This record gives sequence, structure tokens and C-alpha cells, in this order.
Amino acid sequence: MSHSESPHRVLDWSVQPPYLYSPYVATVRRAPHHPLVPLPASLLERTGPVYGEGDIGPLDHDLTRNAAKNGEPLGERIIVTGRVLDESGRGVPGVLIEIWQANAAGRYIHKNDQHDAPLDPNFVGAGRTLTDDQGYYRFITIKPGAYPWRNHHNAWRPAHIHFSLIGRNFSERLVTQMYFPGDPLLKYDPIYQGIPNIKARERLIASFDLETTRPEWALGYRFDIVLAGYDRTYFEEEP
Amino acid sequence: MRPQSPSQTVGPFFAFGLVREGGNVLVNEKTQGEHILLRGQVLDGDGVPVDDALVEIWQADAQGRFRHPADPQYALSDPHFRGFGRSGTTGEGFWFRTIKPGPVPPSPVPCIAVRVFARGMLIHAVSRVYFSDHDNTQDPLFASLDPARRETLVARRHLTPAGVVYRWDIHLQGPQETIFFDL
Repeated sequence: MSHSESPHRVLDWSVQPPYLYSPYVATVRRAPHHPLVPLPASLLERTGPVYGEGDIGPLDHDLTRNAAKNGEPLGERIIVTGRVLDESGRGVPGVLIEIWQANAAGRYIHKNDQHDAPLDPNFVGAGRTLTDDQGYYRFITIKPGAYPWRNHHNAWRPAHIHFSLIGRNFSERLVTQMYFPGDPLLKYDPIYQGIPNIKARERLIASFDLETTRPEWALGYRFDIVLAGYDRTYFEEEP
Repeated sequence: MRPQSPSQTVGPFFAFGLVREGGNVLVNEKTQGEHILLRGQVLDGDGVPVDDALVEIWQADAQGRFRHPADPQYALSDPHFRGFGRSGTTGEGFWFRTIKPGPVPPSPVPCIAVRVFARGMLIHAVSRVYFSDHDNTQDPLFASLDPARRETLVARRHLTPAGVVYRWDIHLQGPQETIFFDL
């Protein structure tokens, strides 16, 4: 269906992953089977939690400092920046972005993560920020390591940073993952490959950005995100 | 038009990034309205509780108003009620301390918007909770749903020594699969 046929539809299923993607084994018993029911826009969907500067601490965006105890985290410092846009290409201000990730050795702070890799006493791997008036955001962090998981024989997750975004209303909600350019694990990863549209999945790969890179200090990556939402203009067609 | 960014799973290790102490408590002693506990399980296709899911709710205050500028009555909304809650699941499921929302016109019955995230879900699922002590067929959307399935959206009211508890389980698949919406 195109947007014009169904003005209330928000998610574009030509670019979104399906619920059931059996190579990602955990989907098999968790994927809903019934077709989704269309939901007309009501005030419930047109509103959502509003965040402001008061919700964010001064170091929340800097994962190299927000959990430091007695030194700097180990690993490769990186700067991740980008812009959150709506489908019309306008920057979305005031989006709460929360990120979480493994440390440089590929280990999460979680009791169920039993990967035989060290924890880092100066790194928790969680941060948050708000987009500015033009929709821009910026994080400073450590490049996460790849880690094994038990989905299939010799399964390794490509390095990735989880992103959670809460936009201006309940429909502007996205949880996704940022990947790194040139990662040889991407083609073996059923979570990444679960996005059927190749161009769509490639949009989850950040680009190396020399403008963001800081001399003698950290490489920079650019990662733009486009949110679905009710605020788009439905009569605008794809160019 | 810009193409949307695709969704990905929250994975199993989101709690330290997303779940905060008190994030599932939407009320304080000044919040207007009937204070309730909304609780339940997220269940997979085998009926097994999912202990690594994340449930988010969004709702109006007791007068049916949202603390959001899109609500014409924004200025009158309850300053002690933000309306958003987030609960990770454990073996005990999820729970929220909240209030019974007021109905949001034009619907005469209250409901709460829900999102479910989990390992094994490449994309979240959207649902709604209605309340067993209302005639939900007065709600045009509810009334339009398959009568054989729409009861999956109804939380059951229980009066307990600790107060009013609404019990609502989310079945990701199986014979009692919850109705999920395209949003």
C-alpha cells in the first residue's frame, strides 16, 4: 500500500523488518501472526511524553565520562553525531535519544551476558541526550566490540550501538541499532539481515565523518535517523 | 519524502540503558484520579512468560488531558502526571502504578496506549488497554474490532487489600494473541 491509499498508516513496511524472520531464531515464538489492525489517528497517538533540558544531566551524552570511577574507559574513543529527521526531511527537535552498548571488549553490564570478556570499571555503556532545535545530536563514547551469541553456530553480533528515540508524539517512536562501515560480520547477522530492503538496512550503517573527527583524539561517525510519524504531510508523494 | 529508518530489536541487554528506578511509577500523592496498579505478563507462543521484554504506556490524565501541546486542553492538564511509563519484564511480568485515565473525546471510554519491545522482536508491537468496568463497545475503534479477539485488549479489575489492580496479559502469538495495531 502506498501512503495515499492509507493515510493513517505510519510504519512503512517496505523498509521495516517483519516480525517473523526465522534465521533470527527468537522471532519464531514471539512474532505476532495476525495482521496488524489499522489505527486511526487520535489524540492518544498525536501526543506523547515531552522532554526538556531538565531531564538530561551534563555528562549524560558522554559515555567516556558519565561512569568513570578512577580513569578513562578502555578502547577506541569515538564521536557519534547526526540529525533526526521526519519524513519530509525536517529536523525533529526535542527528541530523547537513549543509547546503550557493549564495551570495547564486547561485554555488556548485564547478569545474563556471560561472554568471556572483561568488564570495564570506567564504562557502563549507557547515555542519553536531546536533539537541538534543528534535530542534531552528539554522543562521545567507545567503539563497542563484537560479541558471540547463540542464535546459530559461530554467531557473532557486528559492533553496534542501540538507539532508542522518543519523538514529539506516540507515533514517533523508534528503537534501532547503529552499525559501523566495513564490518565483515554484517552479512552474517540475522538481526541486520532481517531488514529485507538492502538500501533500508544500509541506512543503519554510520558513515565515517572527517568533519566530526577530532585531531589527536577521536574518530567521528555520522548517523542520521528518519522517524515515522503522524506529522508528515500525506499528500506529498515520493519524488 | 525521506525513507524511514528501520527498526531493530532492543536485544536482551537494554535494561541498563532504558529501565530506570521509578520509571513504571507514573503517580505521586498529588496525582488526581483513581490510582491503580496495571500489571501482567508478556507471553510467547508457548505461553511462556517473556522475562526480557520492555513495555511502555502512554495515557491521558484523570480528566482525559495530555501534557502535550497538541492537546487543546494542555494548559489544564494535571502537572503531577506526565502520562508515560516504562517497565521491563521479569519472571513476575510488568507493572505500572498509574491512574485510570479519563476518556479522550470523541471516545467515551478510557484506554491506554502500549508499546512492547523484546529480544526476538525486530520491531515493536503497538496495542491498547481498555478496562473491564466500562462498556468498551462505546469506543468506535474497539467496536470495530473482531469480537472474538477484542477482549484481548481488556484489563480485568480486581479489588485487593493493596488497592485497585487491573490485570492484563500480552500474548505475542498463540490462540489468545493480543490485537496489535499498525502504528
